[in-house]
Amino acid sequence: MTATATNSISRWRVSGSLPGFGPSLGYTLLYLSLIVLIPLAMILLRASELGLDAFIAKVSSPRALASLRISFGCALIAAAINMPIGLLLAWVISRYPFPGRRLVDALIDLPIALPTAVAGIALTALYARNGWLGQWLAPLGIELAFTPAGIVIALVFVGLPFVVRTVQPVLQDIEHEQEEAAESLGATPLQTFVRVSLPTIAPALLTGFALAFARGVGEYGSVIFIAGNMPMISEITPLLIVTQLEQYDYAGATALALVMLLGSFALLLLINSLQAWLAHRGRR
Amino acid sequence: MIGPDRRYRIARSALILGALSVAGLFLVLPLLIVLSGAIAKGWSLYLASISEPDALAALRLTLTVTAIAVPLNLVFGVVAAWCIAKFEFPGRSALITLIDLPLAVSPVISGLIYVLLFGAQGLLGPWLGEAGFRVIFAVPGIVLATIFVTFPFVARELIPVMQAQGRDHEEAALSLGASGWQTFWRVTLPNIKWGLLYGVILCNARAMGEFGAVSVVSGHIRGKTNTLPLHVEILYNEYQHTAAFAVASLLVLLALLTLVAKTWVEARAHRDRHPDPIVQPDEELP
Repeated sequence: MTATATNSISRWRVSGSLPGFGPSLGYTLLYLSLIVLIPLAMILLRASELGLDAFIAKVSSPRALASLRISFGCALIAAAINMPIGLLLAWVISRYPFPGRRLVDALIDLPIALPTAVAGIALTALYARNGWLGQWLAPLGIELAFTPAGIVIALVFVGLPFVVRTVQPVLQDIEHEQEEAAESLGATPLQTFVRVSLPTIAPALLTGFALAFARGVGEYGSVIFIAGNMPMISEITPLLIVTQLEQYDYAGATALALVMLLGSFALLLLINSLQAWLAHRGRR
Repeated sequence: MIGPDRRYRIARSALILGALSVAGLFLVLPLLIVLSGAIAKGWSLYLASISEPDALAALRLTLTVTAIAVPLNLVFGVVAAWCIAKFEFPGRSALITLIDLPLAVSPVISGLIYVLLFGAQGLLGPWLGEAGFRVIFAVPGIVLATIFVTFPFVARELIPVMQAQGRDHEEAALSLGASGWQTFWRVTLPNIKWGLLYGVILCNARAMGEFGAVSVVSGHIRGKTNTLPLHVEILYNEYQHTAAFAVASLLVLLALLTLVAKTWVEARAHRDRHPDPIVQPDEELP
């Protein structure tokens, strides 16, 4: 009994024996508060000064509602497009050896490394009517740049790495035995994919979708060049916030920002629970 | 009748071809069009565009802002990862979520919050104005917005690495008489160096390339509060497309260097985890 008591005391000492807990936690909380929490609280403070009626009036103006519909709608479509093409890229990179595979793998992160303004002017130059791709689409009556479709293109670009990088590790860890068993029992490759592989990667795919969606909702730099920015048609909420700020309409900008923040935080919670679920499945 | 093996090979080739097309369309073409646009009117115009005074001022400001923001977030990342990964305390997972918060915020809102705090109509703005100190439409605002958007990068790379390492090495060093700082420099830092470098590379790329947040607080004063990405926008909106692509090509170079450095660090970290690949298959034998 004395032995166990001594043991537990020494264990307690060991777990608290590393130095610097107090100072490091204190510095973390201070820096976090100064840079992130206090500035973000300004949105809440300013929005609460507005009052509920004024807040609702600002947020529910036709132009604001249209911008929210465009921002969330285009981000949703882009994230949905990113699911199959992200899965295709992740699948091919992690499963098939082919020349240039490492190059493609490294390039996947380009949208994260490339400044958004550069992505914006590059995509606009590609898809404009006289651009490398736009000139072939224009005779077919397809115009992508300066329409809501242009917004979707920009958001597919910025969201792509999120899907690939979430799905890829799951595909690499997946146990091939199940797939091989299915095929030896006479399943076609397509059946094996739909019945065996897809259920395993579905949570990762969903997480990637949510991450791409969250990134797309707030995206600004790559979108404003290609969107055309017509109010009610192709004006995203972040741009409307900037416009209101330039007109010194701080109340309008703050109200819209609060709506976007709440949307983003809801998404963040969803992503966190998805990732917890993913980790749980991974452990089993 | 095509045999199943042949059909499998055809399907595989089709998938690879599809993936290469997607990568070419979405990842390679944007790079090529920037580079070709930059040199469309000859090398002399290219060199003139990237060496004119406003472009150089923008480059200098971008480097200055990055040189402030990255070290600050690096120190924060190490300190935060130390207390989160090496100690157990209530509210730890909430703290991790709060550190990730800037990733969920639109860049425009990341700028807006500092306007609300330090702008002319902001909470502290009038008071700072009397003291003769400008934050918004000046360099301090650009630095703050850049710190905000790159805030989590180092911390979120280090936390899982430090957690995986545990506390055993540090405790051994301390019990052998090393001081806290010695333990950190000689034991902890060598263990986390690749994760640290990885976070710094991502942090640096975002700091140099940030557009939305910086655009809101900058005021776009040429030669004074213009960073490289903002300079690209100004040139583009003035229909100086060749000059815009020329300056943008510098940022493309930054992105490519980032990808190369990232890939290199990943390979080195992988090699450190699996020092001798020849030994591995034997280890898996029962």
